[in-house]
Amino acid sequence: MAYSSKVLDHYNNPRNVGSFPKEAADVGTGVVGAPECGDVMKLQLKINPEGVIEDARFKTFGCGSAIASSSYVTELVKGKRIEEAMAIKNSAIVQELNLPPVKIHCSVLAEDAIKAAINDWKAKHGKQVEATPADKAAQG
Amino acid sequence: MVKLPIYMDNHATTPMDKRVLDAMLPYFMEKFGNAASRNHSFGWAAEEAVDKARTQIAAAINAKPKEIIFTSGATESDNLAIKGVVEFYKDKGNHVITCVTEHKAVLDSCKALERAGKATVTYLPVDKYGMVDPDDVRRAITDKTVLITIMAANNEIGTIHPIAEIGRIAKEKGVLFHCDATQGVGKIALDVEAAGIDLLSASAHKIYGPKGVGILYVRAKGPRVRLTPIIDGGGHERGLRSGTLNVAGIVGFGAAAEIAVREMGQEAARLRNLRDKLQAELFERLDEIYLNGHPTQRLPGNLNVSFAYVEGESLLMGIKDVAVSSGSACTSATLEPSYVIRALGTDEELAHSSIRFGLGRFNTEEEVEYVAQRVTQEVRRLRDMSPLYEMAKEGIDLKSVEWKRD
Repeated sequence: MAYSSKVLDHYNNPRNVGSFPKEAADVGTGVVGAPECGDVMKLQLKINPEGVIEDARFKTFGCGSAIASSSYVTELVKGKRIEEAMAIKNSAIVQELNLPPVKIHCSVLAEDAIKAAINDWKAKHGKQVEATPADKAAQG
Repeated sequence: MVKLPIYMDNHATTPMDKRVLDAMLPYFMEKFGNAASRNHSFGWAAEEAVDKARTQIAAAINAKPKEIIFTSGATESDNLAIKGVVEFYKDKGNHVITCVTEHKAVLDSCKALERAGKATVTYLPVDKYGMVDPDDVRRAITDKTVLITIMAANNEIGTIHPIAEIGRIAKEKGVLFHCDATQGVGKIALDVEAAGIDLLSASAHKIYGPKGVGILYVRAKGPRVRLTPIIDGGGHERGLRSGTLNVAGIVGFGAAAEIAVREMGQEAARLRNLRDKLQAELFERLDEIYLNGHPTQRLPGNLNVSFAYVEGESLLMGIKDVAVSSGSACTSATLEPSYVIRALGTDEELAHSSIRFGLGRFNTEEEVEYVAQRVTQEVRRLRDMSPLYEMAKEGIDLKSVEWKRD
């Protein structure tokens, strides 16, 4: 299976790899996936008091498409308000990276990671937390 | 400078040896006859060539030429052996013993028989090195057992099973023993008499021969093994496998087998050296890497390693100039990580992180050095990107974490 040029670009030159201090008040951390499934994404967002995402970092254990999805997401969310970021759908990631059907779960994971990171920030600030698709799946 | 890309996936297939190709070439245009044409020189020339190959292959496993049945490859040979024995001996019994790490050609043949209600199958476990315990084989035998099918060496982890012991037990109990020796023939010493093997599958393209040709050895005496064919037609190959013989392919298989056996001693030692060097270099440079397979009872060219905290497919992507394979789910059609690695009792995560290096006749020391260096570099890069490596370095026990699955 050949990779799309965008997946290769993100894999070879991943954007915003790294970590912020988890405890910092302005940092929301989302960790989604599981090692035995072969994918774990950690997405961290630095969010200002106005609810704007100022910066993002990721670390991912997973295939090239999972790495590319998380790398792309760090670019995508920067400068967005949290409501806008919450509205990002995995299909946007699939489209941008030309992911084949077998790799769609990578984009779902990346969407979950955004929601998990924002929810973590909200929880730190005593705000109402929205259920992520993963939570809903777990309940359903 | 080392020539790229480097092929180090010789358990999947091997390039043809020039000597094999040279032996085959006359049989495409000059000596193109049908080996079954008994009434002219074109047919005789083809038949003579097939007989020579049969002799060469028989010699490689200490069999008699007439015990060699040509097939399209080891998958067909496995199907013929398993389905053919179960069908023929259905009045005697219907129980088959195999093991969980067999090739899919064996496992799926067994499953097809189970589904059809023609056999019950015992799938023996393996130990942490991937080896089946002969005592387990003995205990699994019932008065309904008609066949034991255990491979010579595993295609993923290279573990060599104690087949001589299994063969002895089979003889003692009067049960037929089939051995899928696709990865063994031409690489490790195999002797159907010494190992008590009644049926043996092998393939040309794993030993620098052409694709599309294999054999099934079928014991003629002590005991005489009977089979029901799975392909019907003109009655070729003693009626066990109809179909016009692939003469050029068979000639290639014969030449490949003769070369592999003649050069085995020297070549196995060379491969073991290269493999040990690759293993030593990787284990020296990287922490938290784990060998999959048996530490010593292993094919000379095999090295299967799990690089913890790095997903296999992403590693393959990073070392794109090096052709190896991975047990990662992402490289398989089923989205499940390798069933062979999981059968060792290894954590699922480590199954996703496994890479198989398959060294072969044309790999060089220079290539091994390049591969060791590239893999090290890429594992380090991916670990710097891995949240699991970060957590492990922080002292977090990954098993205690409650993961959010999608």
